[in-house]
Amino acid sequence: MRRRLARRWLQRRPRTPARVRVVVAILCGGLAVALLSAQGSQGAAQPSGGERVLANKQAVAPAPGEMTAPLPSSPALVAQGRRLYASSCASCHGIGLQGRRRIAPSLIGVGAGPVDFYLSTGRMPLPDPRVPPVRAPVKYSRTQIDALIAFVGSFGGPPAPDVDPSKGSLALGLHEFTLNCAGCHQMVARGGLTVSAVVPSLLQANGREVAEAVRMGPYVMPHFNSRQIDQHALDSLARYVLWTHHPDNAGGWGIYNLGPIPEGMVAWFLLALSLVLFARLIGERTT
Amino acid sequence: MSPPDPRRDGRLRAISALAGRLLAFRALREALLSRTPPPPPPEGSEDPSEREVPANRRAETGVAVLLVLAALCGFGFTAAYAADWHDTQVLGATLGVCLALIAVALVLAGKLVVPQETHVEERGLLLKEDEVEEVADILEEGGEGISRRALLTGAAGLAGAGLLTAAATPLASLGPNLDGIHSTAWRRGVRLVDDKGSPYRAQDIEAGTFYTALPEHADPDAFGSGLIVVRLDAKYLHLPAARRGWAPDGILAYSKICPHAGCAISLYRYPTYQATSVGPAFTCPCHYSTFLPGEGGRVVFGPAGRALPQLPLMVDGEGWLRAAGEFREDIGPSWWSVHRGQS
Amino acid sequence: MSATRPRRSRSGSYADRRFRLTLRRAEERAGASGGIKWFLRYVFPDHWSFLLGEIALYSFITLVATGIYLTVYYVPSDTQVIYHGPYVLLQGEQMSEAYSSVLHISFDVPAGLLIRQTHHWAANVFIAAIVLHVMRVFFTGAFRKPRDLNWMIGLTMLMLAVLEGFAGYSLVDDLLSGMGLAIAYAVVLSIPFIGAQLGYLIWGGPFPGSGEFFARLEIVHVLLIPAALAILITLHLAMIMRQHHSQFPGKGRRERNVVGTPTWPAYALRSLGLLFAVGAVLILAGGLIQINPIWQWGPYHTYLSENGAQPDWYIGWLIGALRLMPNWEGPVIGGHTLFPNPFWGGAFFPLIVFGFMYAWPAIERRITGDYRRHDLLDRPRDRPTRTAFGAAFMSWVVIIFAVGATDRIFFQLYISYEQQIHFWRVGVWVLPVIVFFLVRSICRSLQRSGGHPLRAWEGEVLVRSPDGGFESVADSPEGRGSALAEPPSGTAPGQESNL
Repeated sequence: MRRRLARRWLQRRPRTPARVRVVVAILCGGLAVALLSAQGSQGAAQPSGGERVLANKQAVAPAPGEMTAPLPSSPALVAQGRRLYASSCASCHGIGLQGRRRIAPSLIGVGAGPVDFYLSTGRMPLPDPRVPPVRAPVKYSRTQIDALIAFVGSFGGPPAPDVDPSKGSLALGLHEFTLNCAGCHQMVARGGLTVSAVVPSLLQANGREVAEAVRMGPYVMPHFNSRQIDQHALDSLARYVLWTHHPDNAGGWGIYNLGPIPEGMVAWFLLALSLVLFARLIGERTT
Repeated sequence: MSPPDPRRDGRLRAISALAGRLLAFRALREALLSRTPPPPPPEGSEDPSEREVPANRRAETGVAVLLVLAALCGFGFTAAYAADWHDTQVLGATLGVCLALIAVALVLAGKLVVPQETHVEERGLLLKEDEVEEVADILEEGGEGISRRALLTGAAGLAGAGLLTAAATPLASLGPNLDGIHSTAWRRGVRLVDDKGSPYRAQDIEAGTFYTALPEHADPDAFGSGLIVVRLDAKYLHLPAARRGWAPDGILAYSKICPHAGCAISLYRYPTYQATSVGPAFTCPCHYSTFLPGEGGRVVFGPAGRALPQLPLMVDGEGWLRAAGEFREDIGPSWWSVHRGQS
Repeated sequence: MSATRPRRSRSGSYADRRFRLTLRRAEERAGASGGIKWFLRYVFPDHWSFLLGEIALYSFITLVATGIYLTVYYVPSDTQVIYHGPYVLLQGEQMSEAYSSVLHISFDVPAGLLIRQTHHWAANVFIAAIVLHVMRVFFTGAFRKPRDLNWMIGLTMLMLAVLEGFAGYSLVDDLLSGMGLAIAYAVVLSIPFIGAQLGYLIWGGPFPGSGEFFARLEIVHVLLIPAALAILITLHLAMIMRQHHSQFPGKGRRERNVVGTPTWPAYALRSLGLLFAVGAVLILAGGLIQINPIWQWGPYHTYLSENGAQPDWYIGWLIGALRLMPNWEGPVIGGHTLFPNPFWGGAFFPLIVFGFMYAWPAIERRITGDYRRHDLLDRPRDRPTRTAFGAAFMSWVVIIFAVGATDRIFFQLYISYEQQIHFWRVGVWVLPVIVFFLVRSICRSLQRSGGHPLRAWEGEVLVRSPDGGFESVADSPEGRGSALAEPPSGTAPGQESNL
């Protein structure tokens, strides 16, 4: 009895031809990939409505602990750093920090900034020297990173850059960002594309990382010294980047702040689609 | 006549057998694929007219309720406007919902409240042969009695030509002269300044970054004004021989405007460690044309059809960076008579 | 003949009597009853896909209404000013008056941002609706005689709408649209022989143009193209009403008749409902979903640009073509560059696409040898070759569009931009061919099975007999009888209405 009912149910249900199912599956899969990857490239989720930066309202304040204090250093820390270095970094960067030809650059004289940047964004240790360094889960604790900074710093180099986003000016930050950074990082720091490299979005960057990256130019990014971007401009850039984490979407849902592409998708798949569905309610559906 | 060759016969037979099989296969496939059931006549012969008068009190109530709610939303819009006319979201929501409710009410009324009719109308013929003939006849009758048709037609044509020429003349005189299409504000001695107007010193230009430079005392928004300036170490510098003097201390200046479609070039990749990466290059963000500053702006990827124009530089006695001459080629996108670079 | 006041009817309710009196008074002056009567009984075939053009029309009405509001506040001037408005991030920034006026609309003018965003969403939906409508007309064969002239009018409107949208968002002079104008300038310049002169004419000099450029663009956007569109829409609707709308074959439907709903009351109410629905969707989007946040892009300067700059979707097919082209430029003969690179993607490609669409009714007449008048539509499956060809052509354009838009998606999958370009330079020709054969075979199998495209039955019904064993029942539950082996044959010239 159940078998007959089941068979009758199976027979009665209209079946979409296999071809159509495959095409629909591919389209859904593609759409899912697109949406997920668009999500992935954002990092932190956007609050709706955002902040409206009108009439002298203050923007997002820098998070606690972002302002750079002088980095700790002591013989014990340096020793710990040496041990960590030998176990993870020496295989590419050489036991004497001299680098290895075609594998990794020398770290002598790089200073604290690059070490802090690469390690606290998880870009290093890099599993394969040919792979571009991208933001990844951080491998070390804060103490371990400080130890490595102390160790590498002991080979000479400039200290980590100072930055205080709260002292910066948003207007100057926007101006400098447009002139120097938007070509790669997109106007609201959503990242982008260039030939032979991927430019990361800055949604997860804090003020200190911004300052360090600006001064050192990681991977294929140019580096900007204090004569091109002075301290006030650096503070302003950091403040602007932090602001881009929650831009003022006065118009409503920001659709990832990527510009006309998500707008076109909304126009077709939300607006036009809902109007077509409405038309189907009004008109005849059989030909 | 050569004697029959058994091998040739065999081959011919094999070929014709194969051909026969292929044809049979195709015929069978066609027969299978084209098998369809007999169709009904496409033109219906029944009369589909009907008129259905609904007596749907529930639908009427529904429509009334929706319209009242729409009214409330409309008043809500006014209230929201009075409270804060900058709150785009609330304004849009109230007005939008008001319109949506009216829309639903109208459609409900249109489908459930008013009589539903299906009518049949005849579709008139568009081509009425005799009428077309009559129109042609009437028009021709208007020319009855005219003896010198050719003279009048010729004269009218001449008048038309004269009128058209007169009408086109102001338009043509608006006509652009292309004066200045080959020139920019850059001449020998013009100083390079940043976008706030401060001049660049040669010693301030560092390797590993890029600078946007504009001509002093000139319009910064003119197409030819923007420059992208970099300093390259000797290992990246491979300028053609004629341009060796254009890059004092390895400082190079190129037009910031991409010669493909005119966007500003604002991507500069400069590798920390070249061995696992690529050399310094400019890229345009619009269509990703990529140029090598160390090789005179040569195109290495993308649709640009010309190299990036380079401006010769010099350092004056006080250390300021100045142009050493004009561009040797046109900047900006190509056109019919564009001056292309030689090297 | 009396000169006294007209008699009033004594019967009926007060409202009814006043209503009829008003009609009489209007008729005494206008004499339009005949036309009104014709219009009230006019028959509209009812299929939902015939409403797509109406969606476009109502979006246009929304555009005009919101546009009037915007034009009151917009200043078409590129005089440089320093911003001192409420938006903190642009304080002290140098910008054109045009950009400043749009910031003013967005932040200061009452409901300004709502109207501005509604206007921009309406533009996007307007062109999307036109494209859907064109697709419906193509795949049902509604472009055939006598509607081929209307097809061309419609295509002209599509072209004007695209230009209008581009002009509209370029008026703002923000960074994103300024980059787009530079590219448009490059495409104009790339036209052989007359390109530079044409560019100078339009821009009033070399890019970025003279002080009057925005004033000129505003007149084009606010007066010239809307007037042209209004005239063409009127012509388009007039021709439809003269010829009567086409209809799908079905019960009682013949080539020589029209079966549907009369305008009054049902169709008018539903159509009005659609108008309000379009308005509702666009205003909801205008209030709740942000579009073109120009305060985030900043003002345009020729020496600035940003990554990921894109035009609005209806220009996206051109950016894809510009990116996909290899760097051919030339040949260079006698110092003249005959075909600068942007010509191929920016001018030649749209010329081919639109030219082909304009020519299609004539091409199809020539290929099929069918010169008859057609008022009954085809289901797409009944013309497998036309449907497959249209699908392949569309897929060609859509792939080129995707090349310009999906770079971000692919690089998330670690496919570099260069690899994408190299792949699609081949793929853009190969995939449409695959689409052609795929769609043709789908059409043919739908014809055989006679089912709904997404709910078609394909398979066998098996029945188990009492003494065991299965046998197949040859019928399908959806009914095979509805397949049409031959599409409707149309009206030959000279045939009368007695079919």
